[in-house]
Amino acid sequence: MTEIVNKPYGTSFKKYASKHKNILCLSGDLTSSCEVDTFRDEYPEQFVSMGMAEQNMMSFAGGLAMSGFTPFIHTFGVFAYRRPYDQLLASIAYPRRRVRIMGFLPGITTPAGMTHQAIEDISVMRTIPNMTVIETGDATEVESICQQADSIDGPVYCRILRGSVPRLFNSPLKIGEIRNLNSGSDILLITSGICTEEALRARASLISEGISILHLHVHTFKPFNEEKILDLISNIKYGVITMENHLINGGLGTTISEIISKYGLSKKLIKLGLQDTFAHGGSKQYLTKYYGFDAYALINAIEKFIEQKLNIEDKDLEKARIENVHSLFKAEAL
Amino acid sequence: MKNTLSSENIALGIRRRVFEHCIKNNGAYLSQACSSAEQLAWIYNEALNLGDSIAPSTPEKFQGVPSASNKNYKTGAGYNGPATSEYDRLIFAPAHYALVAYATLIEVGRMSEDGLSMFNKDGSSVEIIGAEHSPGMEMHNGTLGIGLSTAAGIAYGRKLNNEKGSTCVFMSDGELQEGQIWEALQVSVFYELENLWAIVDVNEQQVDGAMSDVLNIGDINKKINSFGAKCIEIDGHDINAMRQAKKEKHDGKPLIILARTSPYKGMSFLKTRFPRLHYVRFKSEEERNKMNIEISKELGIDPIKY
Repeated sequence: MTEIVNKPYGTSFKKYASKHKNILCLSGDLTSSCEVDTFRDEYPEQFVSMGMAEQNMMSFAGGLAMSGFTPFIHTFGVFAYRRPYDQLLASIAYPRRRVRIMGFLPGITTPAGMTHQAIEDISVMRTIPNMTVIETGDATEVESICQQADSIDGPVYCRILRGSVPRLFNSPLKIGEIRNLNSGSDILLITSGICTEEALRARASLISEGISILHLHVHTFKPFNEEKILDLISNIKYGVITMENHLINGGLGTTISEIISKYGLSKKLIKLGLQDTFAHGGSKQYLTKYYGFDAYALINAIEKFIEQKLNIEDKDLEKARIENVHSLFKAEAL
Repeated sequence: MKNTLSSENIALGIRRRVFEHCIKNNGAYLSQACSSAEQLAWIYNEALNLGDSIAPSTPEKFQGVPSASNKNYKTGAGYNGPATSEYDRLIFAPAHYALVAYATLIEVGRMSEDGLSMFNKDGSSVEIIGAEHSPGMEMHNGTLGIGLSTAAGIAYGRKLNNEKGSTCVFMSDGELQEGQIWEALQVSVFYELENLWAIVDVNEQQVDGAMSDVLNIGDINKKINSFGAKCIEIDGHDINAMRQAKKEKHDGKPLIILARTSPYKGMSFLKTRFPRLHYVRFKSEEERNKMNIEISKELGIDPIKY
């Protein structure tokens, strides 16, 4: 049975920031939405309410870093780059300020529709020089993000999961590593964020169908550990499937396609995610199904690769429960 | 570092240097020297408590942009002295005034004259639009409107650290059209940043011409006061007025000094170019020659040889 952790960010941020007095907790009028309300109440001297003024918040954070503080910015991912993009570049990215941007509600994990859905944030962030880009995929990764992000000498953007978050991994996130969740030789499946949990729903069905899946979980988009997956791509039988809670352009799928072309690997790639489209508001289950990056879409992609129909029904996947996943190897091994 | 010259003389020196540069290089951000010379002279010579320059008198070549692998990276802030607790800190917001800033650094003895010969040359750090690594600069302000927010962040941090020094922003009025300025004012007032102050060169000019025609933003004094900051309006060519304005009490509030200026002060001939004064480029050799004779006379120098 999967452990569900309540508000792992709120708990772990408080634990980390309360011990590091140079950290200032900035919030763009989304304090409880980003789970830092308890911290605000208990450590008011480390809390700076910035209101709904993101352009100022970015440059102000740059200024705080110039006077020796480490701002952790809390807002929805989408508000961290769309409106204040200019400020993000000039005040934070270019001068390599030690600012940690915690972007909540990644991708379609909000019913609030286009204005709230950060669906191109990874694409934008990973093309900005000096940025480090991380996406959390479970409670353990959320719990380790503050310490890991704060270890970087420069700006960091993190996609954060909030609320009730499943615990999939038993080892903390380490920037630059890639998790190996299952060994296999037919299909290389690379997932990130909430898509990892979604892909795991299909695991039992795929095993019973005799499909051998090599499953990797990516949390660090930049710097991307490309050398570590070269051989895995080369040696896979059918091809690579990426699955991301993001546009298929500019994110995980694109990152992998860049590696394939850079090293001249002749492998096919199927990219699951938002297919060059905006989304609308709805539940995570509905939206991942509607836009074709749920467990069933993964089964379809595998069928395409092996050119045969698998005996897996929607209802088999509905029943699938997610078991604790322990990395096959120590994370450092990959 | 206290200069032995008067701020008035420094202002004249700034105008002369920028004018000379303009004639020799067939164009410059000239009107900005006219409007801001007194303010920058006063800021460096009197208003700010700055330590001695810790940067090389002759600017280094461009050392690369900030990156994890660039260990040589430095901003141009060293020309304003060390950024330590007791000293004031200057954020130079209108980056296109860079030439005026460099002329000021020379006049107050923080940069050698040869610094200006590197202006806008490939591979030089003395860039046409002041970059972080340009003398006297600490951040990229080429995108207008981010200076006040940054200074507010610095001031907030310095307040938490109980630092003595204040944080000053030199601004221009055109950037008041940017929404971010008003966001920054809201936050500076809300957090009672009285260790933050700004002087705004209100020359009523922007790239397309006079602000009143491009986008009139109305009574900025009233607006800034309404936002809760202490706003004082003065004649921006009257250094005594600046001295008085800086002494005004602004308990629990940031201080914004609106320095009303003329974009052709000290170079009356420029009036013929009004309202297109953002960047003065000669339309003909004849104009260049005429401007050289007329303005040199007004500045009390011989015509520039070029």
